[in-house]
Amino acid sequence: MAYRLGIDVGGTNTDAVVLNDELEVIASTKSATTEDVMSGIENAMKAVLEQIGDERARIGYAMLGTTQATNAIVERKHLNKVGIIRIGLPATEAIEPMCGWSEDLKAAIGGQSYLVHGGHEFDGREISKLDEDEIRTALSKMKGQVSTVAIISVFSPVNDSHELRAQELVKEVLGEEVPVSLSSEIGSIGLIERENSTILNAALYDVAKKTVLGFKEALNHQNISAKIYLGQNDGTLMNADYAVKYPVLTIACGPTNSIRGAAYLAGFEDALVVDVGGTTTDVGVLQRGFPRQSSLAVEIGGVRTNFRMPDLISLGLGGGTIVRGVDNAGEISVGPDSVGYKLTQEARIFGGNTLTTSDVVVALGHADLGDASYLKDLESSKLEEVYQKMIEMTEDVIDRMKTSAQPVPVILVGGGSLLLPQTLTGASEVAKPEHFEVANAIGSAIAQVSGEIEKLYSLEDMSRAEAVEDAKALAISDAIEAGAEPDSIEIVDIEDVPLAYLPGNVTRVHVKAAGNLRM
Amino acid sequence: MRLLDEQAIEDIAVGAAVLGTGGGGDPYVGKLMALQALKNNGPIKMITLDELDDDAFVVPTAMMGAPTVLVEKVPSGKEIFNSVHNLEDYMGKKIDVTMPIEAGGVNSMIPLAVAASLGIPMIDADGMGRAFPELQMVTFHLFGVSACPMLVSDEKGNSIVFKTVCNQWTERIARAACSEMGGSVMDAIYPMSGAEVKKASIPGIVTLTEEIGKGIREAKEKGKSPIDVVLEITGGFEIFKGKVVDIVRKTQGGFVRGESHFSGIDEYKGSSLELNFQNENLVAIVDGKVACSTPDLIAVLDAETGHPITTEGLRYGARGVIIAMPCHEHWRTEIGIETAGPRYFGYDFDYTPVEELVAKNKAGE
Repeated sequence: MAYRLGIDVGGTNTDAVVLNDELEVIASTKSATTEDVMSGIENAMKAVLEQIGDERARIGYAMLGTTQATNAIVERKHLNKVGIIRIGLPATEAIEPMCGWSEDLKAAIGGQSYLVHGGHEFDGREISKLDEDEIRTALSKMKGQVSTVAIISVFSPVNDSHELRAQELVKEVLGEEVPVSLSSEIGSIGLIERENSTILNAALYDVAKKTVLGFKEALNHQNISAKIYLGQNDGTLMNADYAVKYPVLTIACGPTNSIRGAAYLAGFEDALVVDVGGTTTDVGVLQRGFPRQSSLAVEIGGVRTNFRMPDLISLGLGGGTIVRGVDNAGEISVGPDSVGYKLTQEARIFGGNTLTTSDVVVALGHADLGDASYLKDLESSKLEEVYQKMIEMTEDVIDRMKTSAQPVPVILVGGGSLLLPQTLTGASEVAKPEHFEVANAIGSAIAQVSGEIEKLYSLEDMSRAEAVEDAKALAISDAIEAGAEPDSIEIVDIEDVPLAYLPGNVTRVHVKAAGNLRM
Repeated sequence: MRLLDEQAIEDIAVGAAVLGTGGGGDPYVGKLMALQALKNNGPIKMITLDELDDDAFVVPTAMMGAPTVLVEKVPSGKEIFNSVHNLEDYMGKKIDVTMPIEAGGVNSMIPLAVAASLGIPMIDADGMGRAFPELQMVTFHLFGVSACPMLVSDEKGNSIVFKTVCNQWTERIARAACSEMGGSVMDAIYPMSGAEVKKASIPGIVTLTEEIGKGIREAKEKGKSPIDVVLEITGGFEIFKGKVVDIVRKTQGGFVRGESHFSGIDEYKGSSLELNFQNENLVAIVDGKVACSTPDLIAVLDAETGHPITTEGLRYGARGVIIAMPCHEHWRTEIGIETAGPRYFGYDFDYTPVEELVAKNKAGE
């Protein structure tokens, strides 16, 4: 077994950890995220490797959760020119590709789009025969003007044959070297959102290649030869080859990594993760080792996609939250405003003039921080009232996020977690694991690999149970293909929603399977 | 007459999803179609019932089928015009005005696209004041108007004229045809005279949905609770606040029936709510007592944003405020309750108006 290097790029900090073959943290560091991202990654890598000396030779796997793809879209920089082929005529003409995109993003991507005949119905029949001549004509018009191609066919999550054939035609007309993004590989049902994600994916090809190459080179500079993996937004990994093909999947992996890292440190599969920062507390739910996802569509650079983010509630309570009514007149209140990063100048314990939640816990003797002697004048009954209020606020959110009446384990992480006690109503236990400050990098290092499938099944020819079993088998084989150890694969998510307003008992089944990285 | 702009379309989409009582699907695709039509043809003219000519030829326009299919197999955009023009040919007269049949999801948007593209006005009225799953569940039906001749078209160019013995038969045959045609079709339905529309429709519903959408949007800016704003505009009641702890769905004869269970939060802690739905929310039961039932409206709003959550979008752990709103008086008649009351949907109890239930449950506390 080999060691793992995990790196997670956040908005402010780039974190790095090294885990030994027992998956224990043996080194960790936080360093500032840089504008070009890559030099920040190199700095963090260098710093963490210095801590382990010769043992660096044992690193066999390097995992990176990064923001380069997101930045490229938001800044409209380094994007590929994309040729778009949508297969679905005579359907779909009512909404053009890239409808609702901002003009500058469209311009950056070029966005030559062609609609051709083909595509499938919900039950797998063809809408019309795939028109190969139309595709050939479209491709020859694109020649020399696009560097990648996005192919989107109607109901390709049900039947991907038209997309696969179109891909062959791209190779034939534009050449083998032109990268192709297929929508069936990227998203679920919902043409416009899946198309948007597929176009963004095609536009990120060069960025992805550069990211992976840059990461490889940085590792080489440190004399590390490791297998490279990138983190995806669902908290699982993909290998370097896959990441170059599906860079859009690396977007927004940060919050997921942080929840999974916290869970790993505390050793829970099902728990609530309470991340207390300086300004807010984010509460997320861990279900079978993965964050529960929000049902809202995620926008990337103003484009609506079919990706999902972890379901989080943000509460205006952090280490720098301003407390009123204790050292001045008026009713007692907690936040929601905060002194934020100025905590070490403005909080009373650091000689400042603003009473914060951190001051309150220090005054009550629940934490040791700064200089408690600044707080001698405060009335302890009022402080106690504030403290109870802070606990109640947190317990209220915990209760909102829970899905059963039973108490659940709570994992406290984040710099502000000293605000909260070891017992909370609704929590069966409260864990404050070590190394919580680098939970995201750990989440990246311990991530699993997954397979995901979404399909429509007609329940005329099979039972619902058979449909679900079929989808499970497909998801598992997907996970194995992605590099999962077969024996370790578990089904982590099943959703089964019948199609409304339609006879024929058609149901949409979504299954996700995940397993440990095959070593 | 007034003109509807882009912002109005956005607001109507949100407001219609509230009155859509969990059904009607995601209006996203319909909204993009309406916005596209507006961009190409300029603002949409909307008239009140008072401004409608008694002799006007009114053709409501709508989508029929699975919203899940619509979001994947986006329309060609020609379907609805094939339906309208074939109906014009069949009846030998030109359409003067269009209108929505329901306030909910996709079908709040289709008539906007039609009005913009054909350059005709749309009426500020509909046939439900909410969303319902079957095509005879409209106030037009309650007043004896026939859905036929009805035109149904798919994107491939197929059009069918329906001429049936009653609206229930139209529902049965059209739904089977819809499935065969690919699961999502566009209808020109319930052709009427202006005089019939005045008698048989629910007035002001488009403006109401716009106000709801605008209210939710502006609540955020003004720091007010979006839920309170919705209740104020609709004259509704908050009946519960909770999170989803269980959802059961099953398909029955083309409709998704199911129930979701909410466990109370905040002042509802310790209480539970059972929400029965058949595409739309039909019956809300709080701690064993009926708190609201069809044809009155039940909506689940996101506890934080006030945005409506559809029955398809409900997930474990979702936090919602459940609100009840009184339906239009047209539904509170004998035939209205027979058509869309609790017994029609197989529930073994009689309809009681929501305001009476609220008063009774309050007195019982």
